[in-house]
Amino acid sequence: MADPFLSIQHVRKSFGATTVVEDFNLDVEPGEFVSFLGPSGCGKTTVLRMVAGFEEPSAGRIVVGGKDITRLKPNQRNVGMVFQAYALFPNLTVAQNIAFGLKVGGMPKADADRRVAEMLDIIKLPQMADRYPYQLSGGQQQRIALARAIAPKPKLLLLDEPLSALDAKVRVSLREEIRSIQKKLGITTIFVTHDQEEALSISDRIAVMYGGRAEQVGTPFEIYNRPATKFVANFVGTLNVLEGKVTDAASGKVQVNAQEVSLKGKLNGSKSGDTLSLALRPEAISLGRQPGHDTSLSGEIAEVHFLGSVIRVRVGIGGKTVSLDTFNNSTTPPPVVGDKADISFSSGDMLVLH
Amino acid sequence: MKSGKFWAWVVFGIGTAYFFIPLLATFEFSLRMRRGVHSFDAYQVVLGDPRFQATFLYSVVAAIFTIILGVLIVVPAAYWIRLRLPQIRPVVEFITLLPLVIPAIVIVFGYIRMYGSNSPLPFLASDLGASALLVIGYATLALPYMYRAVDTGLRTIDVRTLTEAAQILGAGWGTIITRVILPNVLIAVLSGAFLTFAIVIGEFTMASLLNRPAFGPYLQNIGANRAYEPAALAIIAFAITWGCMSLIQILSRFAPKSANRPN
Repeated sequence: MADPFLSIQHVRKSFGATTVVEDFNLDVEPGEFVSFLGPSGCGKTTVLRMVAGFEEPSAGRIVVGGKDITRLKPNQRNVGMVFQAYALFPNLTVAQNIAFGLKVGGMPKADADRRVAEMLDIIKLPQMADRYPYQLSGGQQQRIALARAIAPKPKLLLLDEPLSALDAKVRVSLREEIRSIQKKLGITTIFVTHDQEEALSISDRIAVMYGGRAEQVGTPFEIYNRPATKFVANFVGTLNVLEGKVTDAASGKVQVNAQEVSLKGKLNGSKSGDTLSLALRPEAISLGRQPGHDTSLSGEIAEVHFLGSVIRVRVGIGGKTVSLDTFNNSTTPPPVVGDKADISFSSGDMLVLH
Repeated sequence: MKSGKFWAWVVFGIGTAYFFIPLLATFEFSLRMRRGVHSFDAYQVVLGDPRFQATFLYSVVAAIFTIILGVLIVVPAAYWIRLRLPQIRPVVEFITLLPLVIPAIVIVFGYIRMYGSNSPLPFLASDLGASALLVIGYATLALPYMYRAVDTGLRTIDVRTLTEAAQILGAGWGTIITRVILPNVLIAVLSGAFLTFAIVIGEFTMASLLNRPAFGPYLQNIGANRAYEPAALAIIAFAITWGCMSLIQILSRFAPKSANRPN
């Protein structure tokens, strides 16, 4: 395997007595798009700011392209960054904003003008060159900020929640545009977000962060389907969590609400009598016994929400409720609250949370 | 509601009369130099007086240097406090208010004691040194106005993010201050500059005690020895001050509009 392009090694950051990032490690391949996903205060922005040079790590080192940049000033790192608040210079036109980094870098005017025109074409705003930031919408401003960040051809692109200030529709279109530009230019990118849908939809890999640590690093598929910790399972996607008691550890038998479930090969380390948290994604569960599902549990319909194409059903099992979605079928009436119902799933889809 | 509006107009009318009647009276008196008719003779005398021209020019030059000194001190200081040391802002605000509390005469006596001809820094040993000391004193007097104007300007922009955006694009501190921060607070700086100008043009105490040929002592001298010319000078001084205020208003229309706070 080739050397990583960006390597964050054992990085720690403390502000006074408070440690906000603890032993953070991550290797990013050239051209890779990695998202830092986590709740507010998990340290994702602090790690990004340490890569940018705005914060100095209390310990550890950051290597880009084989060069240790840990102690370099932000203006010596050749890193591009897009901020949540756009951060366009209000006194400069769009073209002047994009040309700012080029001028600072000493590029001749003719070359800078050519590069600005190229950037405006890439972000599909060639007619906006002479506008001022206040004359643009939020989405346009953020595209200009992206163009400004990539114009000097940085080694690394950092995106600090760039879509948070935008409305839902613009967010979806802009995130796709960001991903497409990133792929086209092949620029290694770190994207910070607290929005799991954003992270899942555009990342090559995701680092899910909690309490200053990377809880899990993996592809969106791995993060969603094989969460390594309880936090990741709960934070990414919707999850139904049931309590189970191991009745026979050797054969993988677990009792859930007095009903037996077989989890052979998944109880690594658990002993008979242990209590476990078992998790199921809503899409893994069907109402009624379905072919291909080897496990079923009985319960009672607790809630039914008609959402048009989908009906969201909550089934009470013991003291817990399990959510599942079924497609609306005009010939089948929706379930009735209070009715007895079975749910079925494949035991292979059940996650044991540690 | 209607009654409230009526009383508001009454109060406004009284305030306007309180301000304008003495001004109109002064103006009217300044026109009475020639017996029996209104004329601008007093203005002709004042404007034609070589001492008026010399002292006014001296004060204008002193004001320009004061503004330059004030900008050089205040802009980087206010910027740095907003960026890195917000916790010391109350202390700095208190310090900048001191010139309003400490009389100019106290400051100037301090200067005379500190920088006399026998001191290690004998500013007062030469005309140039004394003028430099006067400019430093004026910068101190103007500090409350200049600092507040610049600080208010900095409040309208996201100083930290703009600084970081410029830094990550490769800019050093000089570029950040001159190409990003200063252009975005230019109107605030100009406001502070014009207030400084207005203060310096009429200042008497420091110029008089440092024995500088400034416009303030000239005003006082004319006022003590002539009848109509002081009234004309008062109107001229008002016109200069109002001119400065109008310039602030006109220039504020050209202020760069913030991306985050569109007009």
